[in-house]
Amino acid sequence: MSSTLPFWILNSARNSIATLQGGRRLYSRCASNRNKSRWRLFSQGPGTLKSSAPCSGFALQKAYRHTSTEEDDFHLQLSPEQVNEVLRAGESAHKILDLVRGAPNSVLRFESNQLAANSPVEDRRGVASCLQTSGLMFGIFDGHGGHACAQAVSERLFYYVAVSLMSQQTLERMEGAMESMKPLMPILQWLKHPGDSIYKDVTSVHLDHLRVYWQELLDLHMEMGLNIKEALMYSFQRLDSDISLEVQAPLEDEMTRNLSLQVAFSGATACMAHVDGVHLHVANAGDCRAILGVQEDNGMWSCLPLTRDHNAWNQAELSRLKREHPESEDRTVIVDNRLLGVLMPCRAFGDVQLKWSKELQRSVLERGFDTEALNIYQFTPPHYHTPPYLTAEPEVTYHRLRPQDKFLVLASDGLWDVLDNEGVVRLVVEHLAEASRHKPDLAQRPANLGLMQSLLQQRRAQVLRAADQNAATRLIRHAIGSNEYGEMEPERLTAMLTLPEDLARMYRDDITVTVVYFNSDSIDAYYKGG
Amino acid sequence: MHCLFLYLGTGVQIYDRTSVLHVMVKKGQVTGVETDKGQIECQYFVNCAGQWAYELGLSNEEPVSIPLHACEHFYLLTRPLETPLQSNTPTVVDADGRIYIRNWQGGILSGGFEKNPKPIFTEGKNQLEIQNLQEDWDHFEPLLSSLLRRMPELETLEIMKLVNCPETFTPDMRCIMGESPAVQGYYVLVGMNSAGLSFAGGAGRYLAEWMVHGYPSESIWELDLKRFGALQSSRTFLRHRVMEVMPLLYDLKVPRWDFQTGRQLRTSPLYDRLDAQGARWMEKHGFERPKYFVPPDKDLLALEQSKTFYKPDWFDIVESEVKCCKEAVCVIDMSSFTKFEITSTGDQALEILQYLFSNDLDVPVGHIVHTGMLNEGGGYENDCSIARLSKRSFFMISPTDQQVHCWAWLKKHMPEDSNLLLEDVTWKYTALNLIGPRAVDVLSELSYAPMTPDHFPSLFCKEMSVGYANGIRVMSMTHTGEPGFMLYIPIEYALHVYNEVMSVGQKYGIRNAGYYALRSLRIEKFFAFWGQDLNTLTTPLECGRESRVKLDKGMDFIGRDALLQQKQNGVYKRLTMFILDDHDTDLDLWPWWGEPIYRNGQYAGKTTSSAYSYTLERHVCLGFVHNFSEDTGEEQVVTADFINRGEYEIDIAGHRFQAKAKLYPVTSLFTHKRRKDDVELSDLHGK
Repeated sequence: MSSTLPFWILNSARNSIATLQGGRRLYSRCASNRNKSRWRLFSQGPGTLKSSAPCSGFALQKAYRHTSTEEDDFHLQLSPEQVNEVLRAGESAHKILDLVRGAPNSVLRFESNQLAANSPVEDRRGVASCLQTSGLMFGIFDGHGGHACAQAVSERLFYYVAVSLMSQQTLERMEGAMESMKPLMPILQWLKHPGDSIYKDVTSVHLDHLRVYWQELLDLHMEMGLNIKEALMYSFQRLDSDISLEVQAPLEDEMTRNLSLQVAFSGATACMAHVDGVHLHVANAGDCRAILGVQEDNGMWSCLPLTRDHNAWNQAELSRLKREHPESEDRTVIVDNRLLGVLMPCRAFGDVQLKWSKELQRSVLERGFDTEALNIYQFTPPHYHTPPYLTAEPEVTYHRLRPQDKFLVLASDGLWDVLDNEGVVRLVVEHLAEASRHKPDLAQRPANLGLMQSLLQQRRAQVLRAADQNAATRLIRHAIGSNEYGEMEPERLTAMLTLPEDLARMYRDDITVTVVYFNSDSIDAYYKGG
Repeated sequence: MHCLFLYLGTGVQIYDRTSVLHVMVKKGQVTGVETDKGQIECQYFVNCAGQWAYELGLSNEEPVSIPLHACEHFYLLTRPLETPLQSNTPTVVDADGRIYIRNWQGGILSGGFEKNPKPIFTEGKNQLEIQNLQEDWDHFEPLLSSLLRRMPELETLEIMKLVNCPETFTPDMRCIMGESPAVQGYYVLVGMNSAGLSFAGGAGRYLAEWMVHGYPSESIWELDLKRFGALQSSRTFLRHRVMEVMPLLYDLKVPRWDFQTGRQLRTSPLYDRLDAQGARWMEKHGFERPKYFVPPDKDLLALEQSKTFYKPDWFDIVESEVKCCKEAVCVIDMSSFTKFEITSTGDQALEILQYLFSNDLDVPVGHIVHTGMLNEGGGYENDCSIARLSKRSFFMISPTDQQVHCWAWLKKHMPEDSNLLLEDVTWKYTALNLIGPRAVDVLSELSYAPMTPDHFPSLFCKEMSVGYANGIRVMSMTHTGEPGFMLYIPIEYALHVYNEVMSVGQKYGIRNAGYYALRSLRIEKFFAFWGQDLNTLTTPLECGRESRVKLDKGMDFIGRDALLQQKQNGVYKRLTMFILDDHDTDLDLWPWWGEPIYRNGQYAGKTTSSAYSYTLERHVCLGFVHNFSEDTGEEQVVTADFINRGEYEIDIAGHRFQAKAKLYPVTSLFTHKRRKDDVELSDLHGK
């Protein structure tokens, strides 16, 4: 039975494509069928699948199933090893070894992974440590309408934050170095997965804008730099405004111009954490999410959400939107749980279609861009009266880390669509338990050599069985391989992974997960040491 | 952390809990030690800081490179057996199980050298703080299992503790001792590869002799710090290499085994080109050198299967390369050789070289001289070829691993004189050896210069053009006794010259060859090699090289007195060539080196190297024959007559094979050639 499932998904997916293509003829402005989920063109398309819909999708599409002998012979079965290989391709893990002022870092290590549904993947992630100030930064960037914006934000945001945190003195040194054409001191140290798209060195235009930013910070004459909360707030908004301004400014180089247009006309939500000692700040704009896994003294685990999704299910966001726009728009600002009926998150970078006035959009695009070739997605939603409707202003949460805070999970909505917070904590806890199970427990250590040997051999067999060394991989495996009862179904997992590139997005979203483990001992030491 | 031993005239004083900050050096000489408790003046300093020796060496202003790296090492301690083990219980080593077992307070102490070692302290001492030194039972499981497989009864033994005690390993599995090449009085004794306990006595004695007399009583070049340079000191290299070295401790060590890690560090510009043509590589002093070239249609055994003490799988390949050297022409990339240039404004270069080298170097410009660089005892510190490029400049070619040692020796003995310049030009030249009777045709076609012996006699050096490239140093020698030329090519021309040589050589049947062919050719011609046959305790007279020593020129040079005395008294050992008679190449174990030599049934020495001679169709071994007194075992004078009158056997793994001893190369094969060489040599000296 297992082998039939893949064709089944494949066929149903093909049927849905047919419906979509039928729909697309009506709305020819829709440039690409990549933009299905986040961006939706009004509410008509019958087949647009939300990423959380695969379960219902199966049932719905079953009726369309048609069999042809040709396709039945088409085998897509993957071996468990191959499944692991696919799942692990995006893995990265780092142990944080640096000592912060002589004490071990409060971050023990992090594990991260990414599984693409879009082709190319629209999610981005970043981990970097600030070299001129202290602290580690973790970010998840979920792009929509292309990957340009997510790429740009993932490359640039940490620089803005790092610069915001710098003291007056450091900024002066940076400015001095620029003025005398000396090499800049390094700002960030990236901890990258080898497969992550190569972050271009801050290109000269970007560096110029970063410099303008720090020059303005210099003019503020603040000895110690911004506090972290302010730094995060300003950095998000500043970068978004730079993205918006860069495309308005006349740029000589066609490549740069096209790129900045793609960045501005695509969008990205962002969620980033800044950890410095026991101080954890999370800044979020959009529907990525950060949660904390907490183990109470009685051993029970619980979940502490550090962000709120900025979407139509968030009452506070609804009221904010209503507050920011005239009463006459109360009914049109959110339609079908989407901002102006088109966008799922209601905060994001880029997406100038929802930020600029119609006039501005027209005048910029009339400067002779080949929007078709650039995959620019240009349209004006109905009821577009009082832009901006969208903001990149983040919501910043501060949490003082306690010894019971064991890990932080940052993930794009591809994960949260299918797993809830408690489920995610449960999976990571299981992962931790499995990992620690094969550590010799001194208290229960077998007394003689024979018993020790058999215990060790058992544990070795266990390690061979345990599929994932990386918690992020485990989360992704469960996100796409669990059925509606939360049970792992290997066939389902295989089927989901063998979807052809162009169909994958119908059944799942890009998923990016970073799990950050804290060092309870060093947090404890922090409290004891004062 | 470091214990400090100081000889203070009256005795030894030990400072506990004192850590060395750095060693104080003035004018390249140790003057004292700066510790956290103050300064201590001293003349000698011994770095025996174990796994911290690397860092301590680097803490010097002029860093001392000591290539070693620690790996975690686990051993198990148990409570006593029911009948406690006696203190005279032997230590058991089960190499297949990778474990050792010995008595420990009536119980056992058992550890091993696992296949998957855990290197540690790559980043240095700081790593210690991160509480890494924990027991790792899971890691120990395979060793525990092999212990219980070997001794199932121990199952009920109570565990006391699993100890994690890092051990230090070196890149070649041999310990490191001797004086630093850069700082006088700075001695090193480290890198015991987990055998410190058993080596301690001997190693301590040799080092003490070294410090007191300036040299140890045995030749221990294999352990000399100067066999390494800074190039082996990369942490990544060491980390990777020790992961290969540690398991090797209990592996079968087969001849001609090459390390697989830390490779492709130094390469000739032709590396890729040769590799694409099937080259198989070995490494010396970090330099990749071709062993032989596997023809496209030939398959060799997999690495593991190729391990053998019998006839190896490359036998036929090397045979065809040797044949081509004898009948046509082969090209061997020999770029790894150490190359120095010594120049001066006046006669300083000649003067100092005449003092440092045993052969007469005051030869006409363009001549090449084979000469030893001897120590006071007349032993070879180096054996090299020196070409006189001009009145005031010399080009010196030495074995690859002499790069650090020879440099240090020359620096130590050369006067501080700004008019005298010593330069290491190893990296500047690619060396191609064109061996074979048709080499002359290839070269003359490429240079439009007459290459006949009249114009280009043996042991000559000329700068000429080869192809489009000008200024190629061409030398009429091949390091094998075969006709041909060495080409020293500025590296940017290497590919061009190689391409030209190969394309012109095609019609003469040219092909690539490797060092195994060279070795076979060299040994059958009785060419001894420094580092294998020759060492610091062998003199020119002991290997029939009196003609390469200027004893009768009335000129002083290092080692002269010792040689004069030896000439008068006679030698106590003699390098001899043996041709195995009743050895079946296909079925018998091969000689490699170190096989005992028996003369008239009496032990007389050991072989130093051996090779199969494709010309003689016999194995040839080189080795020193001693004359041990039957009664006292005392060494007696060895004469040519003594050698010639013996009946010899070589013992290979317990089986004795008859061997013919020769003091000169087998003449019947090379009569013509040798006579010509002799003439040239006498010409050279008779000028």
